[in-house]
Amino acid sequence: MKRTKETMTPESIVIRGGTVIDPGRFNGLADVLVQNGRVVEIGMPLLASLPEGPALRTIDATGLIVSPGFVDLHCHLREPGFEYKETIQSGAASAIAGGFTSICCMPNTQPVNDNESITDFILTKAKEAGTARVFPIGAITKKSEGEELADIGELIGAGCIAISDDGRPVMNSLVMRRAMEYAKAFGVPVVDHCEDLHLSCGGSMNEGIVSTQLGIPGIPHASEEVMVARNLSLAHLTGVHVHLAHLSTARSVELVRLAKKQGLPVSAEVCPHHFSVTEEAVRGYNSNAKMNPPLRTDPDVQALKDGLRDGTIDVIATDHAPHAIQEKQLEFDAAPFGIVGFETALPLTLRLVEEGVLSLEQALDKLAKSPANLFHLPAGSLDVGEAADVVIFDPKEEWVIDPDRFRSKSRNTPFGGWKVKGRVKQTIVGGRLVYEDR
Amino acid sequence: MGLNRKDLLTIAALSADEIHLILTTAESLKEVGGRDIKKVPALRGKTVVNLFFEPSTRTRTSFELAAKRLSADVINFSPSTSSIVKGETLIDTARNIESMQADIIVLRHSSPGAADNLAGAVRSSVINAGDGWHEHPTQALLDLFTLKEKKGYIEGLTVVIVGDIAHSRVARSNILALTKLGAHVRVVAPPTMLPLLIEKLGVTVYYRFEEALIGADAIIMLRLQRERLGQALLPSIREYANLYCLTPERLQLAKPEAIVMHPGPMNRGVEISPSVADSAAAVILDQVSNGVSVRMALMYLLSGSA
Repeated sequence: MKRTKETMTPESIVIRGGTVIDPGRFNGLADVLVQNGRVVEIGMPLLASLPEGPALRTIDATGLIVSPGFVDLHCHLREPGFEYKETIQSGAASAIAGGFTSICCMPNTQPVNDNESITDFILTKAKEAGTARVFPIGAITKKSEGEELADIGELIGAGCIAISDDGRPVMNSLVMRRAMEYAKAFGVPVVDHCEDLHLSCGGSMNEGIVSTQLGIPGIPHASEEVMVARNLSLAHLTGVHVHLAHLSTARSVELVRLAKKQGLPVSAEVCPHHFSVTEEAVRGYNSNAKMNPPLRTDPDVQALKDGLRDGTIDVIATDHAPHAIQEKQLEFDAAPFGIVGFETALPLTLRLVEEGVLSLEQALDKLAKSPANLFHLPAGSLDVGEAADVVIFDPKEEWVIDPDRFRSKSRNTPFGGWKVKGRVKQTIVGGRLVYEDR
Repeated sequence: MGLNRKDLLTIAALSADEIHLILTTAESLKEVGGRDIKKVPALRGKTVVNLFFEPSTRTRTSFELAAKRLSADVINFSPSTSSIVKGETLIDTARNIESMQADIIVLRHSSPGAADNLAGAVRSSVINAGDGWHEHPTQALLDLFTLKEKKGYIEGLTVVIVGDIAHSRVARSNILALTKLGAHVRVVAPPTMLPLLIEKLGVTVYYRFEEALIGADAIIMLRLQRERLGQALLPSIREYANLYCLTPERLQLAKPEAIVMHPGPMNRGVEISPSVADSAAAVILDQVSNGVSVRMALMYLLSGSA
């Protein structure tokens, strides 16, 4: 079910001399012409006659990559309810600074996005912000309490593109079954944060040698894997597309690989932090390394990379989860889970390209095309006639991650001080230049 | 020679030489407790703050006595609620205390890593008096001191630690301290009470108490926390006592001169039978008095007056 994009202020932009990568479609040197919010032509040279003077903006993309804007299937924009952590406006600003032009926000706001009025509110705020496109994900159950189904039909009607109780996963397998069956009527994916809350039992980090040494209550690998297995069985039972959020363990990847071989309707995502760092980052009780699912071990990181390489994992998503400084300053076990994700996703993903895990085109597929296709979003492509959501980045530019320069309201990241490669230079949404690196 | 560090946060961070230095200093300070006038002026004019976020009588009293015997001024500060409830972070609380010119802050907190966090935020010396399940370094040091006092040496001894290892900061600190000084450490508990990969800390794992006791030089009994019953870790206190209570019969399996330690408070009849607790093998009260000497030594060495 493709949706049409609303047209924003038209502007003619010509992007000259870049390497255009539209995954699966085009990969080569070309100029890109954007007019009236749409991609009009990709070619070398362009055949269209260009407007003159101030009506035309020219972007020199020599040495740069021109890609469809990134699509994030998993973020937390915190509004309504937690505006001190992030607002839709600041979250969208953070997104475009990271090259994301479409972002799907989880419903664990206060109140929970379990009804039309919250969805409307989010969409109105997003429109006012006028930068990244925001696609809300509705709750599976009322207040995400895991008991009664939310008014899923109403949520989809109001503009939600998937359902999930992310953050408060549905423990009752019957409720999950019913939710998946019910979602079938609307053709939307059901997204699950796979965690058996009984097994994770208040843990704060991966259960293993580091948790044993630090005396921190652990979250076992099994707490994720038993729910992955449950969801795969329910996908088999119902035939409904289940999307597994932020996989973190080797056995989860293995389960999904097997399920895909069997043809089950399943897709999976991984977050940059899970393939970039391990539980070792927690040493020193660094609350910026506290996330859920927790950072795991070297063999898990390897398995996630293998899963990306062989297609078991479809998507790279950020799980952008801003928290205020005073919250992350709490004792490790009291501090909240999660990190700012948008503004570090590209350089962390490019490390995989440098390591040879993915080609650049495959990496952009996982960041843009594949997520758009999975959630049926009108994004992820530079095809002529499509709305022009474009990111232009320098894959070679080196920079040091400085949380104080984040566009997000929050600063929580374990990557501060990391020297990375790959920097977003311009972001275009609907043919309008909304972000420029200065 | 002093301790070349600001804080004492963990046994993990100490070298064997540093541990020996603390034990040797404690030996020379132990004599103070036997005097008529139990005071030396080493920390005169210094301020020690006991910052205890968890209820504790014996550890707090031991630190207080140690500081007073060194002539320090002591303040006891026991916030009744955690910072999370109050809205003030631990760091803010501690900075307030630091502003009162505290030289040493002794911290007891329910969160693992609380002492590490605090030490990074204040100029005062920080002594960890227990942080969650993580470490209780002064307990391990006083256990080593007692062991050395009774056995004459530590290297090569076989020490058995019994009970809820997973949730015990005493066990973690003792495992680290004993293995650093070359003792053989055995841990014994139901598998539900052993943390994942504990064997990587250099210990031998046992499930059957009787097997673990054979050839033991010392036995450290841990207190059974009754609240663990609700977490499916144990069927019942009765079954735990049947399997893991140190009885006179079980004690017979250890070496004849084996000693019995317990960090207190004891559950008589649960992890230790009264006749063992009161036997000549038990050195539990020596541990308490040695605790004062070891804490004196630490404060003395950290204060830089050494």
